[in-house]
Amino acid sequence: MNTPDLAKLIFGRLSLEAIPYHEPILLATFAGVAIGGIALLAIITKYKLWGYLWKEWFTSIDHKKIGIMYMVLGIVMLLRGFADALMMRAQQAIAFNGNPGFLPPHHYDQIFTAHGVIMIFFVAMPLVTGLMNYVVPLQIGARDVAFPFLNNFSFWMTVAGGLLVMASLFVGEFARTGWLAYPPLSGLAQSPDVGVDYYIWSLQVAGVGTTLSGINLIATIVKMRAPGMTMMKMPVFTWTSLCTNVLIVAAFPVLTAVLVLLALDRYAGTNFFTNDFGGNAMMYVNLIWIWGHPEVYILVLPVFGVFSEVVSTFSQKRLFGYASMVYATVVITVLSYLVWLHHFFTMGSGASVNSFFGITTMIISIPTGAKIFNWLFTMYRGRIQFDVPMLWTVGFMVTFVIGGMTGVMLAVPPADFLLHNSLFLIAHFHNVIIGGVVFGLFAGINYWFPKAFGFRLDPFWGKCSFWFWLVGFYVAFMPLYVLGFMGVTRRMNHFEDPSLQIWFQIAAVGAGLIALGIGSFLVQIYVSIKNKDKLRDVTGDPWHGRTLEWATSSPPPEYNFAFTPVIHEADAWWDMKERNATRRTEGYLPIHMPKNTAAGVIIAGFAFVFGFAMIWHMFLVAGLAFLGLLVSAITHTFNYKRDYYIPADVVERTETARTEELAAHV
Amino acid sequence: MSDMHANPSAAIAENETPQFWMTKDHHPENGTLLGFWIYLMSDCLIFACLFACYGVLGRNYAGGPSGADLFELPLVALNTAMLLLSSITYGFAVLEMQKNRRGTMMAWLIITGMFGAAFLGIELYEFAHLIHEGAGPQRSAFLSSFFTLVGTHGLHVTFGIVWLITLLFQVGKHGLTGANKRRIMCLSMFWHFLDVVWIGVFTFVYLMGVLP
Amino acid sequence: MSAHAESHDHHHDDHHDDEVVSHSTMGGYLLGFFLAVVLTAIPFWLVMDKVIPDTRTLSVVLLAFAAIQIVVHMIYFLHMDTKSQGGWNMLALIFTLVLVVITLSGSIWVMFHMNANMMPGMSHDMSQQVKNLP
Repeated sequence: MNTPDLAKLIFGRLSLEAIPYHEPILLATFAGVAIGGIALLAIITKYKLWGYLWKEWFTSIDHKKIGIMYMVLGIVMLLRGFADALMMRAQQAIAFNGNPGFLPPHHYDQIFTAHGVIMIFFVAMPLVTGLMNYVVPLQIGARDVAFPFLNNFSFWMTVAGGLLVMASLFVGEFARTGWLAYPPLSGLAQSPDVGVDYYIWSLQVAGVGTTLSGINLIATIVKMRAPGMTMMKMPVFTWTSLCTNVLIVAAFPVLTAVLVLLALDRYAGTNFFTNDFGGNAMMYVNLIWIWGHPEVYILVLPVFGVFSEVVSTFSQKRLFGYASMVYATVVITVLSYLVWLHHFFTMGSGASVNSFFGITTMIISIPTGAKIFNWLFTMYRGRIQFDVPMLWTVGFMVTFVIGGMTGVMLAVPPADFLLHNSLFLIAHFHNVIIGGVVFGLFAGINYWFPKAFGFRLDPFWGKCSFWFWLVGFYVAFMPLYVLGFMGVTRRMNHFEDPSLQIWFQIAAVGAGLIALGIGSFLVQIYVSIKNKDKLRDVTGDPWHGRTLEWATSSPPPEYNFAFTPVIHEADAWWDMKERNATRRTEGYLPIHMPKNTAAGVIIAGFAFVFGFAMIWHMFLVAGLAFLGLLVSAITHTFNYKRDYYIPADVVERTETARTEELAAHV
Repeated sequence: MSDMHANPSAAIAENETPQFWMTKDHHPENGTLLGFWIYLMSDCLIFACLFACYGVLGRNYAGGPSGADLFELPLVALNTAMLLLSSITYGFAVLEMQKNRRGTMMAWLIITGMFGAAFLGIELYEFAHLIHEGAGPQRSAFLSSFFTLVGTHGLHVTFGIVWLITLLFQVGKHGLTGANKRRIMCLSMFWHFLDVVWIGVFTFVYLMGVLP
Repeated sequence: MSAHAESHDHHHDDHHDDEVVSHSTMGGYLLGFFLAVVLTAIPFWLVMDKVIPDTRTLSVVLLAFAAIQIVVHMIYFLHMDTKSQGGWNMLALIFTLVLVVITLSGSIWVMFHMNANMMPGMSHDMSQQVKNLP
């Protein structure tokens, strides 16, 4: 084999030209990221934190630590995704008449694609998965998830996917196709560059993690509930998590399959979605929305659970209509599979098909409406405390109802023919995703933060964050409803009609307000850490909570509960408090726990290299990475000693310390 | 969801002083078999997508050969027989496992793997033959979806064989421990699941594919 | 499942073996194998000897045989029953089957109408297609 061939096998199509020096914005970003990254690495090295991070976090199979790592990942990626949003808003506010704005079309197109992909896959998904990971085992009185190693591996696969997206910033480019990469635009003929390949492989790698984490949490909820916790005594958040994970396991394989087919079209020259040789691009649209619609509910169902927990805790009442809440969740789970065509009414399936999917879409708003009423009736005559999580919840209820109603408008096929692909649609789905998912995540973070770290988040900056977000959301997206009615389509880089400009300028102001909201959130975390002694909670139950996670200390010991709780009522911890159940402080037993392992990091590392090599057609490297992945996975299966016992005296020492702390507090 | 309305704690709850913390060590049930079954269900949906693609694109010949021109049913029947035989031999291996006979169990597993390899060999022969005739996956949407569906099944069988070999080493080294028995049962589900998918493949792709 | 959860507290030492032991017997496997062979042979014979001339009838018959054989495999090889894993296996299976049916029939329905509406020129091809579909 001569040298050029070998170089091609090793480097594929990667060359120095792939690094975008000629883009000043990217270069500045790169400089910023590089300096920040080096500073971070230097700090870690200076304080000798590498060993600690590796032993206590990266290789940890503790569901609580993995949950926190998911949250950190989601928040970091939120900053990236939101930077994209600010750039788009700024571009659209100034790019009128002769002014081309500051983003050339090929760059702008990458930004809106990356914004969508990052926000859904690497912000909302990690944050939702992180909350479920942290809270569900505690709520069901378990010591960890069913497959602790798999949990760590899932997390690192998500990280590997996120890293691939981030790499596209500085090496090559990202897709310019929109967040779902419809062919034929995403086909080889129209997108010969690496952008779509970055898209495919980052989602495939992260998708493996998501699917496995879904399987893991289902098995956890089904098998590991504390004695006495029947299905109808499970906390609502656990219920919605169960349904979410069922949807993940049922929907993500579809995404995997459809991306494999797109990859085959691009890599192997098959003809699934091409224009020639009998391919049908509409089949891609059909399949990807079979995943895409359940995905919407994957994001929103867990936060429905968060709101249920928050509303009943801060109204100091049992949740109104627990059973109807559960049934509504189950109905949504099934129905979410029957509505996918409403994303492409205009594609031309005709009246019969469109009316079927229009009607199913309207039906799905019924169980969602039932939930809203349940929350309202829970608040009715409750002793409501407007702490920060409750503020987010009330803000959600108002905002989400508006988003839901514009959704019902879009569900009417004739109306959809006018509004399809317009900014009305953009306003609608941001209305439900920000007003639903994001508000819910902030409610959840504020609610469970004291559990995870032992001190509350600062309420002043929390309220600032909430009000900036709430007002910012309305200022940013109400103009888009107006523009959508005027017929302005999405994904435009530049406009000619000057009468539209004022609406885009208002929207840009709104985006600025949201930026202040995010800034306040970061300040909130900083201030809270600084004042953590003042905000400290030693009871483990700062909100007078109702479910089991509040029964243990904050932060919980690695084994969660020294003694497995026995459940008699739906609100188990509330029931214990009502009946004056005392903490058991004697007769400690050794506790069986899983051992940390580096296998997850290693296998996911190989997956990252494999993905990167496939993107750049470095087939030799890809082959080696795949082999490495396989060998390390098989080697891991030869490890049979995956658990150990925490000795009884260690448990006793931990629990006695807590007993003393509790006594000092009272 | 059989336990939806069951109430195991009823007996305890009626006691005068309810117990809130377990005094004994609590070991939740092992979730491996259930988790693996759920994984298989997700895999099933991958196949559903590929079947859907074949259902939609399977008659788009683009002027190329059709199923009736290409498929050799005797070969498919032979292939089906290999997979079916491997299923029953895996069953024998499970029966031996239940009797804790390691040697015969491993022998049956090896036979299973050989039937699986024979299946793969025949499939590869068929693929090579088709590509040689100019009916490769690039020729038409029909052939793209055919190769992808059948090939994905074949990849699963390949993975199953790799797993089977790994398992032979593990059983050889550690014997029929609880963990190994669980793994054998997982692979058993995987293997029989692939046979179920193959029923769909030979019916929907091959038999219905040769109809006019 | 709940009964299981309760009982294993009393003898959790051996429950690892309990759950692995399935209900498989030699008779079950052989019966399943025999049924599978028969249910495979008949469809191949129907197609290879062109026993049923009408394509649509034949398609329905073939799919029926496949469905029956899948049930046979589920019962005799995968030992599926309402009790395994506390009914969760069966529940997951039914849910998956519903989704598979939705995905398959939904896609074919949607795509057929789309093709019929958007590419009427190719209606000859399409009517051919629908005739041969399940």
